Amino acid sequence: MEFFVFGCAALMILVGAVGVITRSHPVHAALSLVLTLFGVAVLFVAQDAHFLAAVQVIVYAGAIVVLFLFVIMLLGVDRVENLRTEPLTAQRPLAVIVSLGLIGILVAAFTTGSGALHERGEGIIVPDLSTGTDANTTQLAESIFSDYVVAFEVTSVLLVVAVVGTVLLSRRIKSVEVETSK
Amino acid sequence: MIALDELLVDNLLWAPLLIVLLKVVVVFIVGLLATMLMVWFERKAIAGMQNRIGPNKTGPFGILQTLADGIKLFFKEDLIPNRSDRFVFALAPFLSFVPAFLAFAIIPLGGDFRNGNGGEVTWFGHVTKVQLADPPIGVLFALAISSIAVYGIMLAGWSSGSKYPLIGSVRASAQMVSYEAALGLSLASVLLLAGTLSTSGIVASQTTITQWNVVSTGFIPFIIFLIAATAELNRPPFDLVEAEQELVGGFNTEYSSIRFALFYLAEFMNTVTMSALIVTLFFGGPQPIAFGNFVFDIPLLPNALEGTFWLLAKVLVFLYIYIWFRATLPRLRYDQLMDLGWKVLIPGSLGWFMLLASQRLARQNDWNIFIVTGSSVVVMVACYLLLQAAFSKSAREREIQGSMF
Repeated sequence: MEFFVFGCAALMILVGAVGVITRSHPVHAALSLVLTLFGVAVLFVAQDAHFLAAVQVIVYAGAIVVLFLFVIMLLGVDRVENLRTEPLTAQRPLAVIVSLGLIGILVAAFTTGSGALHERGEGIIVPDLSTGTDANTTQLAESIFSDYVVAFEVTSVLLVVAVVGTVLLSRRIKSVEVETSK
Repeated sequence: MIALDELLVDNLLWAPLLIVLLKVVVVFIVGLLATMLMVWFERKAIAGMQNRIGPNKTGPFGILQTLADGIKLFFKEDLIPNRSDRFVFALAPFLSFVPAFLAFAIIPLGGDFRNGNGGEVTWFGHVTKVQLADPPIGVLFALAISSIAVYGIMLAGWSSGSKYPLIGSVRASAQMVSYEAALGLSLASVLLLAGTLSTSGIVASQTTITQWNVVSTGFIPFIIFLIAATAELNRPPFDLVEAEQELVGGFNTEYSSIRFALFYLAEFMNTVTMSALIVTLFFGGPQPIAFGNFVFDIPLLPNALEGTFWLLAKVLVFLYIYIWFRATLPRLRYDQLMDLGWKVLIPGSLGWFMLLASQRLARQNDWNIFIVTGSSVVVMVACYLLLQAAFSKSAREREIQGSMF
């Protein structure tokens, strides 16, 4: 059963991931991304990480890809791209080099750290009758707001800085021009 | 291990499997019937408010009008516009229809929640809950589903390959994403008091009227939730998505036949589900009305069935309120809609959540409740003034630049 679920979810993830890079239409590519994110959510549920699965769907599928689509529609770039024309001629060979490098790093990480894969850590508390239905969420909340609270808060500050920076850069204040023209 | 229903956890037997299948079928049929009756109820109630008769030909009181309309829509021509994106165009109605039904699965539809009973009933010797699924993430599931529902509307408008539906869908996505934040934040106050995410747990924590979350969270989260839910449903006064005077018909202009019917069905189904969710979160769901030790008990009815009756009665009130909104409130302008969402509801719900959290902390640590309340009020007023200063500064800058955005 678990293998079957894993197989289906893995298939969803792979089909979606391949779709993101091969579909020539931006909206179709974004929808393929949704498929991948759902596959990841299914894998989380299969591992009893229900809270992560819910957050995965709410944040990634429900907000981030919706914003992608929103931008695609608003900017009017929602038409089929010709994949043969090349705006940056060096980008394809560079992409090959970068992806080969990434594969190399991942393989190296897995081979050197293969011992860690077999050791089991504390793991997620599986919510059942003995632990209560919220065990999973409680465990996550405790680690976020005690052990990793600094990292958590710093990340949120980083996001705020990014948002404020984007607003500042994208918004041209014309007030100076108006005053000089008067 | 993966099962969401406790019946399916251990060795799989026929009886539990049949019970779960039966629940699925019953929830689906109840959902369809409720939607059908809701469409009739809305037309009839609005007709009453506007001094009309409303549907009265098909069946007693015109109650079968929706069925007749549905059959008629089946036989209409199914148009696909030439410039549409065929695959997405066909997919979109299902993306909006399926989430509408999925969200209904986590609503406790009955059962006995009194005296610490967890709403469990025994059917054919198996203990189960009168709800299709009680996942550990509970209400987060409803939030996830409502964020998925955006796709149906958004893709419907985009894939039509036509201007007005596109405008409708861009409005829809902006509106639903911004009101989801207020929805989630007002929900957080409820979760803070209930201490659990599971819907049956939230219902079980609201035994008497003073423990109903509408009272114990201090009314504000309920108001915010109601407004945000109305916006999330794209119902009047927040129906800019299908503002017929401006957008012909909105995101579903190019749809006809059964595809249109699916959107229509999803919209009303969502209204029913959202009303049931409001009742579950704020009004005790299937709990009877009770003051202290006094309980309004309906004689001769078993307690579990009584739960269904109470839920139905409470949901009906909210369905009526939604119809009332539609009949009486004028539609908001788009900038008013965004201002209400971002400048009033989100800061308001966040502030109220912090206030509730500080109260709870004070009670746990035996701090002086007056000092805590006073200082939190001071902090909130300071935040409010800062926010107002920011708004007036941005309004002044906008005036200089001479643009709305």
